[in-house]
Amino acid sequence: MEPRTRSFYVLSVFFALFLVFLYGPTLTIAILSFQGPQGGLTFPMRGVSLHWFVDLFEEQAVGDIWGAFRRSFMLGLMVMVTTVVVSVMGGLAFRKKFAGNQFLFQLVIASLVIPSILVSLGVGLIFSQSGLGVHWATSGFGSQLTWTLPFGLLIMFAVFNRFDPAYEEAARDQGATAWQTLWHVVLPMIAPMLIGVALFGFTLSYDEFARTLMTAGSYNTLPLEIYGMTTNVTTPVIFALGTLTTVFSFVVIGSALLAFWLMGRKRAKLGSDAGRGV
Amino acid sequence: MKAMSDTTKGWLLASPLTLILVVFLIAPIVMIAVVSFWTATEWSIVPAFSLENYQFLFGSDVTYRVFFNTFKYAAITWAITLVIGFTVAWYLAFHIRSLPVQIALFLLCTIPFWTSNIIRMISWIPFLGRNGLANNMLISMGVVDEPVEWLLYSDFSVILAFVHLYTLFMVVPIFNTMMRIDRSLLEAARDAGASGFQILTNVVLPLTKPGIMIGSIFVITLVMGDFITVRFMSGSQSANVGRLISNDIALLQYPSAAATAVVLLVTVLITIGILLRLVDIRKEL
Repeated sequence: MEPRTRSFYVLSVFFALFLVFLYGPTLTIAILSFQGPQGGLTFPMRGVSLHWFVDLFEEQAVGDIWGAFRRSFMLGLMVMVTTVVVSVMGGLAFRKKFAGNQFLFQLVIASLVIPSILVSLGVGLIFSQSGLGVHWATSGFGSQLTWTLPFGLLIMFAVFNRFDPAYEEAARDQGATAWQTLWHVVLPMIAPMLIGVALFGFTLSYDEFARTLMTAGSYNTLPLEIYGMTTNVTTPVIFALGTLTTVFSFVVIGSALLAFWLMGRKRAKLGSDAGRGV
Repeated sequence: MKAMSDTTKGWLLASPLTLILVVFLIAPIVMIAVVSFWTATEWSIVPAFSLENYQFLFGSDVTYRVFFNTFKYAAITWAITLVIGFTVAWYLAFHIRSLPVQIALFLLCTIPFWTSNIIRMISWIPFLGRNGLANNMLISMGVVDEPVEWLLYSDFSVILAFVHLYTLFMVVPIFNTMMRIDRSLLEAARDAGASGFQILTNVVLPLTKPGIMIGSIFVITLVMGDFITVRFMSGSQSANVGRLISNDIALLQYPSAAATAVVLLVTVLITIGILLRLVDIRKEL
């Protein structure tokens, strides 16, 4: 191996600074959320306490954040399941090179680049003008899908571009039906990547603000609730909430990575039975 | 069973996707376009065909200033995220030699993407505020005597937040294309006597162009469509097009918001159209 050049060390420092830039502010509010009861929004720390975390459980201090959390969690799960199912179906569809696939692909990309406030405004207008009424589980759910589905589909494109059709041909040669091929061959093979799609579906929905702003109706999701707090809450309780929801996000991301890793390990342990006959 | 054609199968499989995009993407855009010709009273909106929203929009100085501001934010953020994103991707792809370390560091760069943008914005307050960490540090180092006022609630903090939120949209696609560059090309360049800098500009940069384009599309559209970062980080002192729209919405002036939204959409689509001419996204995945 060649020796490290000077640029390696310079870039290492640059990368380290980038990580500090990325995580520093979040760590700062994590520390500040343990402010003493007299403490403010900035340093210095006036003692260390769990005061602001306790405040989160008192309705008068923070409003209905637990209701908002429950709604965001439910919505995240709904969006996650829908994103996984629709993306897999979409990914399979695009392998067929059907007439009009280019148009649909452009629509998916459009969904990604159209400013979220337009989706929010448009969906909000349709639901309110048609008399359906806006609700997080209907209009909010739909407008979030326009953000999560493109990510899910792009992942599926990447997956299927690398998928060897020989596996399906082999299954077909042995007499498997299209369904059996999908269920016993394709899906198990792409399962680890589906964890990624699910992670995108849940977290993007859980944190979405702009697309839910005009489509959530009278019951706020958590990001809307937090945004509301920024205008009228001037105590570290907002840092405590921020810390808690970031920890929650980390738990979600960690579980996804763990599941991905466990699947890989299980697969490595089982190994391949190629050539061993049936 | 009669065999279905690939087109029938394809559309059947793609029908949920198509349905969702028609109802929640196409229909809303059509709705916005229609409403942009309506008129509004103080408490309701009235179907009509009037050009008054557009006339007002294009007749107002504010519009041009706000659009200029939007492009300014997009251009500056794009330049900074490109430099940082390229450098980080370059480091990860070519200077880290073990794959597990590479994956770990890459994940470290992407994890913030899955956390809340609003929390990430809020988290700058204790850092940039009048009595924040940055000011305390500058004063104790003797760089300034009084707290610097423009750190928070200024164009500076808006762009800082944009860079903080969106750099990973550059890192990921650029890293992805860099990882697919055949390493023997670099070796060949080195054997032919190219310096590190020449390899960078003559080999890696041209081959990384598709990733750069995808990252640019993300960053530019996210910044141009943003309204919350500008509102929050400028303390409502600066405006971009997104804020113009959201202010109208707050005043229930939906037709006027819709007209601004249409103009924003056209602007974004033209920008993307130009960028897409330069790259075929589907090949890059």
